[in-house]
Formats: sequence, C-alpha cells, structure tokens
Amino acid sequence: MSETALEARNLYKVFGKNPNQAVRRLKAGQSRNEVLDAGTAAVIDASFTVQRGEIFVIMGLSGSGKSTIIRMLNGLLTPTDGDVVIQGHSVTEASAAELRGIRRRSVSMVFQHFALLPHRTVIDNAAYALEIQGVGRDSRLAQAREILDKVGLSQWADSYPDELSGGMRQRVGLARALTAGTDILLMDEAFSALDPLIRREMQEQLVELQQELGRTIIFITHDLNEAMFLGDRIAVMRDGRIVQQGTPEEILTDPANDYVAQFVQDVDRTRVLTASAVMEPPHLTTPISAGVRGALRVLREQQASSVFAVDNNRLVGVVTDRAVIRAVKAGQTDLRAIVDTSVLTVGPDDLLTDIVERAVETSVPLAVIDGNRRLVGVIPRVTLLAAFGNVPATTREMPIIQTPIEMVAQFTPLVDAAANAPAMAAPEAVASPDVAATEGNPA
Amino acid sequence: MIDGFRIPLGLWVKAFIGWVTDTLGGLFDFIALVFTGLYDGVAWVLTSPPFWVIILVVVALSFWAKGWKLALGAALGLVAIVGVDQWEKAMQTLALTLVAAFIAIIIAIPLGIWAARSQQVSAVVRPILDFLQTMPAFVYLIPAIFLFSVGVVPGIVATILFAVAPGVRLTELGIRGVDAEVVEAGHAFGATPRRILRQIQLPLAMPSIMAGVNQVIMLSLSMVVIASMVGAPGLGKDIIQALSRIDIGLGFEAGLSVVIIAMILDRVTGALGQTRKRPARASASAPAPAAASVPANN
Repeated sequence: MSETALEARNLYKVFGKNPNQAVRRLKAGQSRNEVLDAGTAAVIDASFTVQRGEIFVIMGLSGSGKSTIIRMLNGLLTPTDGDVVIQGHSVTEASAAELRGIRRRSVSMVFQHFALLPHRTVIDNAAYALEIQGVGRDSRLAQAREILDKVGLSQWADSYPDELSGGMRQRVGLARALTAGTDILLMDEAFSALDPLIRREMQEQLVELQQELGRTIIFITHDLNEAMFLGDRIAVMRDGRIVQQGTPEEILTDPANDYVAQFVQDVDRTRVLTASAVMEPPHLTTPISAGVRGALRVLREQQASSVFAVDNNRLVGVVTDRAVIRAVKAGQTDLRAIVDTSVLTVGPDDLLTDIVERAVETSVPLAVIDGNRRLVGVIPRVTLLAAFGNVPATTREMPIIQTPIEMVAQFTPLVDAAANAPAMAAPEAVASPDVAATEGNPA
Repeated sequence: MIDGFRIPLGLWVKAFIGWVTDTLGGLFDFIALVFTGLYDGVAWVLTSPPFWVIILVVVALSFWAKGWKLALGAALGLVAIVGVDQWEKAMQTLALTLVAAFIAIIIAIPLGIWAARSQQVSAVVRPILDFLQTMPAFVYLIPAIFLFSVGVVPGIVATILFAVAPGVRLTELGIRGVDAEVVEAGHAFGATPRRILRQIQLPLAMPSIMAGVNQVIMLSLSMVVIASMVGAPGLGKDIIQALSRIDIGLGFEAGLSVVIIAMILDRVTGALGQTRKRPARASASAPAPAAASVPANN
C-alpha cells in the first residue's frame, strides 16, 4: 500500500506583466509563444503525484521549468494557478507562518550550489534545520553527528565548508536535509555541480541512504542518465510542460513523442534496461520427459545447436547437439543424464550492465529465471547486442521487404516476438524503443 | 538671462528652516543636549588622563586588531602628535569623530537593512543619499547653525549628514549581495525572516558592512575638521586659523596630526572588519584543505 506524499495539481507559473491573463489564455489552448506578451510561462499545467518512499525525478533541459516547479513544491515560489498538497496541507493556501511549519515538518531541500552557511562548521550546518525547529543544542548536534556519520563526514564535523571539496560540501547539504527529519526531500540539481566520478558516487550513496531511511525524494536533473539511475518514476519536461511520466523503462522503451525519443537516444541503456525488458520468449525448450529423441527433434526443427531442458516449466539445464547425438548413438533415452545443469542464469530484474559478462562467457543464450527457477525468457547474445546498440529489432518501417520479414518471422523468435507484442510495456515483450518511436511518428 | 524668472528656492529653504526652528525647538534642544553630553563624555575620557595612557591604550588596541607593525606605527604617530603640541586638539577631534561616526552608524545600518529588504525604501533612500553625498560639505553647516547655533552640536550634526551615506549604501549592497541560494536555504528550512537576517544575511554581509563603517569613520574625520568653521573644537580650529593667517607651519602640524589619526582609525577598523569574519577555531580536526574528494581514512 503506497500513500501519497505530495501532489501537484495543475500547476502554472508565469513570470511577467500579466500572469493571470497568461494562465487564462494557456488554459484556453494558446501556446507558450502566443502568450509571451502577457508573460513568460515557466510551468504549464503540471500535475503529478509522488508516493511515499519513492524517488521521483523531474528531468528536463535548462529553461524547461523544472527548477520553478521544485520551488513551488515548498512555496519558495507561489504558483500562478494550481495547488500543491503535502500530506493533506495545501502549500498554496498556507499563510507565511503555516508555510514555515510545513517546511520544518515535511519538506527539506538540497541545493545545486550547496548553499551552506560559510561561517559555520560542518556540524553546525548539518544541524541548522533542527536549530530552526527549536531542538536543543546537545540533541541536535547528536542527531547531526549521526547523519554525518552516515554520509561519511564525521571526522570533518568541525571544519568549515570552504575547507571541503565539492562532493563533500554536497554531502553536508544532504546531511542537513536528512537531519531535518522531514519525510520529503527536494533535490534541485543536487549533483550537477560535481564532477562525473563524484556524481556517480553520490548517486549511489543517495540510493543507499534512501533504501535505509525510506524518505520521499523529488530530484531535479538535466542529466538523463542520472534520472534513469535514480528515478523510480520520471517526469520529462519540455518548455514548461510535463511531456511524459513513467518508470525509466517505460520512458526508454516507449517514449511519448519524438522529443523524448531523441532525448533517450544517448542514455546508457545498460544501466536502465533489465533482463526482462530485452528477453525473448523461450522457444528452444524441450520437456525433460520428452527424452533424448524429443530434444533431437527440437534441435533439428529449429536448426539450433542447443536447447533448454525444462521440467514442468522449471529450468533443468541446457542440452547441446553433440551430447544428444552421442546419447542417441549410445542408445540412451533419459535426457536427465546428459543435461548440463551448470547453465548460466539471470534474474528478470538484473540490469543489462550486470549480465554482459555472463553473456560473453557462454555460447548458449542466457536463461532468465524467476525465483522458482521458472524459465521466463531467454537472452541470445544478438538480442543483448541489439539492446546495447539501440538497434531496431524489427524493420517494419521498411514495408518493401515485408514478405521476407514474415518468412523469417516464422523461424526467428526475435522478430516474432517483436511483431506480436506492439505494446512494449509488458515485460515479456522484446525491448525495442525504436519500434515505439516509429509508431508514435507515422513517417 | 530671463527677466523676472527666478525660483525663490533660497527664500523657501530659509522659511522652512525658520518654521522648523520655531515648531520643533524642543526636539532640537533635546538633540543638542544628548550630543553635547556624548561629546563631553568622550572628550573627558580622552583628554583627562596623561597622554601616554591614551597612547598605550591605542597601541594595545592596534596590536590586538592587527599586530606589532600597526602598534609600532600607531605609537610613532601619536608621539609625533604630542611632539608638535597638538595632543589636546587631536583628542578633541577624535572625540568628535567617534561620537559623530557612532551616531551615523546607528542610523546607517538599520536603514541599510531596511533598504535591502524593500525595493520601495531603497528607491526613496537612494536619491537622498545621492543628495547628502554630493552636496558640498560646507552647505550643511548653514542649517546646522540655524538649528543649533555655533559649537559642538552643529559640527556633529553636519558630520552625521555628511558621513551617513556610505554606511547605508554598503550595508544595503552587502545584504543584497548575499548568495541568494543560501538565503533560499534559510527559507526552505522554515527560518523566519528575522532569523535569516541575523544568522545568514548579516554575518555574510559583514565584510561589506565593516567597509561601510570604516568609510563612515573616515568621512566623519574629514568633516569634523571642516566643522570647526562653526565653532567645533579640535585640529580644525588650528587649520582654519592657519588658513586665515597664511601660517604654513601651524597648518602643516595640524594637518599632519589629522592624517596620523586618520591612518590609525582606518587601519584599526579595517583590521577589525577582517578578524570578525570568522571566530577563532580549533585547528585540530581538519587536515589540509580538501584536495581529496573523500576523507582519506573512510
């Protein structure tokens, strides 16, 4: 059961001469450029819901309105129209004092350029939020020390921020927000000012901390890789509008429009896609009860060199053509005797980046099995390579060679699966972002 | 010239000053009382002990603020003032400067804070400051005489008017210049505006504010000398006397004394502005400024 931590309802923010008029016209269907004379629309009709304990990433290029959105969530900016509800309290309608109360109790923030108090030590910075909340000195320093310990800065507690590197300063920023004890953390381009290695380290640490502390995190970034790595769900923004919301996989495999498709083109897919997103239905299987002869028939029919032996849908192992022929010659009938049970397997939620190594080591396709050793799919090496290279698994946009495709489709599960599963959301479906991209764009 | 076109601005100002003197006489008497009292008190502290006591105190202050070089310089300068027989007048000038600068700062910093927090206040204050800063200094003396007659008080009032501007400006500038993200952080954690001012804006604006304080003191000193034209005591009297008699020797001695006091005041207040930036800290915990991104023994 998930509960809502924060809800944004039809947020608008227009800067300029006549914001309300601009919102009226935007609602009437005018575009961002058409209302320029009334004001600059930074955020247009943004709605989303963030569940407790999830990392919700808002991603977009600079100028897309993401920083404006995050500042409306805790009332640093007042929306021109729409509402933000945090744990049942409206931020928009709160008085100044109520707003301070919401910020103290419910929402803390991490800033792009750290925003530490340069005249205070690391521990005093980390304890700052508690100081504002009115927590006594000893108690707040103890809590701050605990969090500093978690982010690995305990021995720097008495240093000043300008004695720390960028990554360490941002850890202080993170510690300050975590120490506040609020359920929601707003992170505004929190890692963008850090160099790439440190950024990766911070991302991993954030995920760890989030798993440990179970906070709700709303993370703003312009870096898609970061969004994909951190986000349980991602909202992609463009020109003030949220153009797509979904899990990283949904966004990668089923981009809502050309813009998103172009955006996700360069993403490091191996860190986002899981085995279940690229795997194909297991065609090369033979029941263990079918015996050696059954295995031989499958191998011949499918013109393959190996086949997975399954027992009641559970994977037993792999049988190679050589072993089958040898067994047939020797007059053996029991398939169990010749099954190689040391076959390499992966779980459906394993990231591609983690299964590459195993795929290289073996010539048979990787078997994807669930917790009960049920064979849910296979990943031939070619599929893996296609996923890495973002190569389309079908050529449907080229109707000239339709007939050969259909012919091939009978024999190759790869094309088959893609053709049969146009809805890419299903995990069994072959992952092919470009299929979806071309569907969305009838060229 | 256009015949018959003449704006009687001078008459109006005169009438206004006359009206002010009549209606607010009690207030001005009160101000005069306070200023005279302040000046007498400070002047008594500076002139009644023997000169070497004051020199020792100033040297100690210089040493504490900056170090032995400034202390040595201050000692030599003050002895030189004694040597040219300007000690008492120099102390009167110093007393006038301190009183005027103190009052100017008390006015300037809150006004600067207010201007930094409100665009309207800033818009009103700015032209007034321009006016105060560019009006020739002597002009302030005239209404001051009207309101307070001659003596110490018109000198102090004119000095405050002349010196207050940079204090306001640099306070406003300093607070407006505080990193917006840090102020935003204060808001984001639910701090009240008062707390943000006290814990974030003022400490971070302190270098700029202290530069303003320094400027107020320096301008006060230069104006206090001019204020001797309306009867304020101190080195200015000798300088004006020297001017009227074309007495180069006296003029130089008194002028040099002003310069020495100015330099000591400037260096000491400047050094205070810098040392206030960060409290003394235990250097036990942190090794060299972080070149490594991760704590070494983590």
